[in-house]
Amino acid sequence: MNDLLKQLTEAVGVSGDENDIRLLIRDLIVDHVDEWSVDTMGNLLATKRGTGQYDLRVFVDAHMDEVGLIITDIDSNGMLKFTTVGGFDDRTLLGKVVQVGPNRVTGVIGARAVHLLKSGEMSKVVRGDAMRIDIGAKSKESAGNQVSIGDRAAFVTEYEELEGGRVAIGKAFDNRAGCAALIELLRGDRYPFDLVAAFTVQEEVGLRGAKVAAAGTRPDVALVLECTPAYDQPKENDVSPNVALGKGVSVYVMDARTIQDPRLVAHLMASADAHDIPYQVRQPGGGGTNTGAIQRAGIGIPAATLAVPGRYAHMPSMMISLDDYENMIRMADVALRNLTPDILRRE
Amino acid sequence: MNDLIRTLVEAYGPSGSEDRVRDLIRPMVEPFVDETIVDAMGNLIAIKRASGKATSPLKVMIAAHMDEIGVMVSHITEKGFLRFTNIGGVFPHTLSGGRVRFADGTVGVIGSDALEDMGSIHPLNKHFIDVGATSRENCPVRVGDAAHFDRSFEARGRHLTAKSMDDRIGCAIAIEALRQLPDVTDHDLYFVFSVQEEVGTRGAEVAANRILPDISIALDVTRTGDVPESRPMDVRLGGGPAIKVRDSGMIAHPGLVRLMRRRAEEAGITYQLEVLEHGTTDARSMQLAGPGSTAGCISIPCRYIHTPSETVDVEDVTGCVDLLVAMLSKGIEL
Repeated sequence: MNDLLKQLTEAVGVSGDENDIRLLIRDLIVDHVDEWSVDTMGNLLATKRGTGQYDLRVFVDAHMDEVGLIITDIDSNGMLKFTTVGGFDDRTLLGKVVQVGPNRVTGVIGARAVHLLKSGEMSKVVRGDAMRIDIGAKSKESAGNQVSIGDRAAFVTEYEELEGGRVAIGKAFDNRAGCAALIELLRGDRYPFDLVAAFTVQEEVGLRGAKVAAAGTRPDVALVLECTPAYDQPKENDVSPNVALGKGVSVYVMDARTIQDPRLVAHLMASADAHDIPYQVRQPGGGGTNTGAIQRAGIGIPAATLAVPGRYAHMPSMMISLDDYENMIRMADVALRNLTPDILRRE
Repeated sequence: MNDLIRTLVEAYGPSGSEDRVRDLIRPMVEPFVDETIVDAMGNLIAIKRASGKATSPLKVMIAAHMDEIGVMVSHITEKGFLRFTNIGGVFPHTLSGGRVRFADGTVGVIGSDALEDMGSIHPLNKHFIDVGATSRENCPVRVGDAAHFDRSFEARGRHLTAKSMDDRIGCAIAIEALRQLPDVTDHDLYFVFSVQEEVGTRGAEVAANRILPDISIALDVTRTGDVPESRPMDVRLGGGPAIKVRDSGMIAHPGLVRLMRRRAEEAGITYQLEVLEHGTTDARSMQLAGPGSTAGCISIPCRYIHTPSETVDVEDVTGCVDLLVAMLSKGIEL
């Protein structure tokens, strides 16, 4: 059992309220870094000093926030009204168990039982604004004593491993998989340069934390570690597939937010090739990661992205391959250890 | 000037792959500037400093983007055909039967899935590129490779037609203005040949963050309303440089618009005023960078934008050079 992934995915940190996950990560890294701080947005920034070989500062980002819900009102009957934080398909919400607020009050996103549905209702989609979280409260007052408007709600999903321990199910692999990988990098030997580990906030609502983390630390190079939606379910013949589980680390070339630095992409691929680490190029096109914000912070930062493919992103249970996850750690580590200032030289 | 334009428009440089265009431009501008910088994203910044006698020189940033629209391979079929996505604003109706060229010279023909109804247009994802491969294994390109549209430059009297007039023509105007400017100017001039404009004015954003200009002028193409059944627009080919008043991403500084008009009138340059309903330029990024700057744009009227046959009028082009030189060689009081 991968205890690190279990701890990180079972912890809570919906965008804008990352306190718990930040405290957990701080405790996990504090013995492996030379200094750490928390900036005004809540980003956890930790420096692992290098051997001094290169005068470079390398920023490695993993966002610690997850998608979730926020309580907007309490109905007179004690039911909690909510809206989503980050991107959701509302159809995935009904019937799911959530934990609400700092006291982790358990609730269920209620739905009418199949027995009670009238004919025709089964084929209709229930919109998110018609849903409520039921914490079993008898009254508005009772609910108000347990939760507050503005409290976040996160899914309750236990981390489990399948397929002989090579596949994992859990919530928020997007992006606790990236956080775990970054923690593993910090636990390793020093790099030939100073490494700034940025566990960033509010990625899911628009790359907000990384923007200030990068502007505030002004690194020379950036690498973003992510979990990207796998698209490997059965599909129409000849339609472009995206990355698949178990086929290797996903390398970004272009998404809606960023054209990755071609020098870094080439370096990542060459590093993986040299060590027989499997990777797959993520289908260029839509999507976006913190790289978009980091690349254009201040006077610009060369940046690239690696990701673990994950099925069922932004749903209560995601699935990843632990081979892909472990390969991402190896690929990032090898690429960083071979990173020299020459890779960025233009003349 | 046609030779310069031909050299620039035929170069390979989809957004994110501007190196070759930059390598062409850098030696052209170096004799006329004090310093050149290539920044993290690949912008070429050429700096011509004010004379030592200038009192309180302003920082003026002039931006023309080097990148062009293109495509990127997203998937290779078992039979070796390439599915692709767009780099910048690529319109599906411009594609079928066209050709693209990859960085290594590989030429591809664009085809599309069978069209059942001739009155409809396939979306981008129902098009493919044929590079002559018969399998994934013998396909010379990889997922993630970029290509540009392949079309040669043609001078047809006053009309010049090529792919990537947007915005190599702006680059040509900037280069020509640098050649014509007096050795000594009152202001610090930052000529920026920017990257990644077509995907969201990204290069100019970081260049402007570095320079923090007082005055910003973009050089870019704008559409015209002078072809049959066109959406109305009061800009035409041959009507002279278009002084931008606004587009959908920026409202030009009114004082800068007034000054451009005055300088044009003083120099006897025929000009047009431009209001563009859809689209924007690097001026947007420059206007909003840091504490903000006084921004405007000199636009080159252009037909068939974002097709492989973008067409400009050579007299408009020289008018833009004249207007830019007039703006930069005199005082800038707003």
